[in-house]
Amino acid sequence: MTSHHGHDAHGPVGHEDPAHVHDVAALDGAGHPAARARLAAGHTHGPLALEVSGLWAGYPGKPPALEDVSLVVPEGEMVGLVGPNGAGKSTLFKSILGVVRPLRGEIRVFGRPVSETRADVAYTPQVEEVDWEFPVSVRDVVLLGRWRGSGPFRRWSREDRDAAEGALERVGVPELANRQVGELSGGQRRRVLIARSIARGARLLLLDEPFAGLDAGVEHDLLAILDELTHEGCSILIATHDLACVASACDEACCLNRRVQGYGPPADVLTEDVLSRTFERALVPIGADREFIIAEGNGSAGAN
Amino acid sequence: MAELAEWLIAPYEYAFMRRALASLLIVSLVGAVVGTFVVHKGLAASGSGLAHATLGGVAIAFVNGASVALGALVAAVATALAIGYVRRTSRVSYDTAIAIFFVSAFSLGILVISRRQSYTPDLGSFVFGDILGVSQADLVGELVLAVVAVGFVLAFYRELVMVAYDPAMASAVGVRTAFFEFSLLVLIAVAVVVALQAIGIVLVTATLIIPPATASLLFRRIPQIMAASFLIGVASSVVGLYASFHAGVAASPAVVLTATAAFAVALAATSLRRARFPGAPTAE
Repeated sequence: MTSHHGHDAHGPVGHEDPAHVHDVAALDGAGHPAARARLAAGHTHGPLALEVSGLWAGYPGKPPALEDVSLVVPEGEMVGLVGPNGAGKSTLFKSILGVVRPLRGEIRVFGRPVSETRADVAYTPQVEEVDWEFPVSVRDVVLLGRWRGSGPFRRWSREDRDAAEGALERVGVPELANRQVGELSGGQRRRVLIARSIARGARLLLLDEPFAGLDAGVEHDLLAILDELTHEGCSILIATHDLACVASACDEACCLNRRVQGYGPPADVLTEDVLSRTFERALVPIGADREFIIAEGNGSAGAN
Repeated sequence: MAELAEWLIAPYEYAFMRRALASLLIVSLVGAVVGTFVVHKGLAASGSGLAHATLGGVAIAFVNGASVALGALVAAVATALAIGYVRRTSRVSYDTAIAIFFVSAFSLGILVISRRQSYTPDLGSFVFGDILGVSQADLVGELVLAVVAVGFVLAFYRELVMVAYDPAMASAVGVRTAFFEFSLLVLIAVAVVVALQAIGIVLVTATLIIPPATASLLFRRIPQIMAASFLIGVASSVVGLYASFHAGVAASPAVVLTATAAFAVALAATSLRRARFPGAPTAE
């Protein structure tokens, strides 16, 4: 439960924390707190949960999907990964998970090579990658997060079951434990997948498009859960097309299109210049904090 | 009362009927355990394809005087591995790969058989099934394969579920997804061979599909579906055997059609429940 930003004593919202930004919708007009207030620009980083340096990766017979990619996820921070479809986000995740082997470069998780750190990393795939019609209960799914290695006739232990129950409580849906996963709403499905990552007990969470297709209210609730996790020392790398979310809730932003187009505090990175390079379109930030991005010109491109 | 008892007991005074029942119990068990994955991963075409592919092995073994069941097993497993390989590595789609391999293996079977003067009754029993002709040795073979298949599923249940439900997460945490995807195809091949002698190449897929599909209408979790599927398989077998014995019809289709009737009843019942309680989950 360490924190490197001095916000360990704060509750899930954290908007009392002087280190947090107040100007980006920390409180809306009706007095609702933001789901997550990002760390102020210029905050100091703690030790690194994830360090990717000079990574080249891809698939045999194809040009590399990632070229010379370097980025970090400091402990307790949430880093937003932004880029067009096909930018290499999935390849980056798979490299961090050790599924794709780097052609060049290095990835270290908590200072160790990925082959040694699988238990410390949890991956939440895009919701479409999961077979929701498969006849398993919510509890069954969350328990899968506890998988630690193949061995014949292994069964879940009491500890595994307790961790699964606890994780479902953390994401606010303990009552769904016995439901078949196909009966869940889109928001509930995301909660269950996040619960599975929590049950794993991992300290680095990789989330692939957790907000796709959700309304703003549900997204807010999920962000609040992620915020709590970062306050407990979890580090999160989140791939999303929601630029406003990255602008307001992520501590760092990483714009990726084969190469890293920009990395750093969202205000510095989500600029017209970087976004236009990342999406290969003319994109214009709007709003007081320039946190909303629109496409300019002939309408051939969309940011969100 | 005594008449009824006599009607019920009469078939089992014959050893071949007892062996038939024992064989169908084994078939029902393997069909329930493997078939639940087949139904929920949409692998019915694989089951059918692998069944047809066995003819190649059956014919070659028969002509050479080798064990026909062994020939079937080799052909089915080889085809399963070939389908899995093509699926992973090439641009041919899954169902196309299945179709190509199974018609080829089936053709090979017909080719080999065509060299013989007559279409022998022994081979016919593999095509259409011959429950009443199951020997003691066949039973032992079925039992061994069943223990292997069910044992494997029990041993690696968590991995098989994870690969089926969320392959992306499975490979992320280090499950050998390719191994378990191949394993599932080999399991289907083994299940097909277990049921081959009793049910026949043409109908064998029914044992993998109809009971688990019926059970899936009634239950929503794998262990329950497997258990219900086994009971449905056993009940269809018993009813089918009585029909065969007392009405003199072929046993294999009688068993399959009884299972189909059970499916129709379950489908009607669940549709009715949905109509009466719209929005209610179909099963708890």
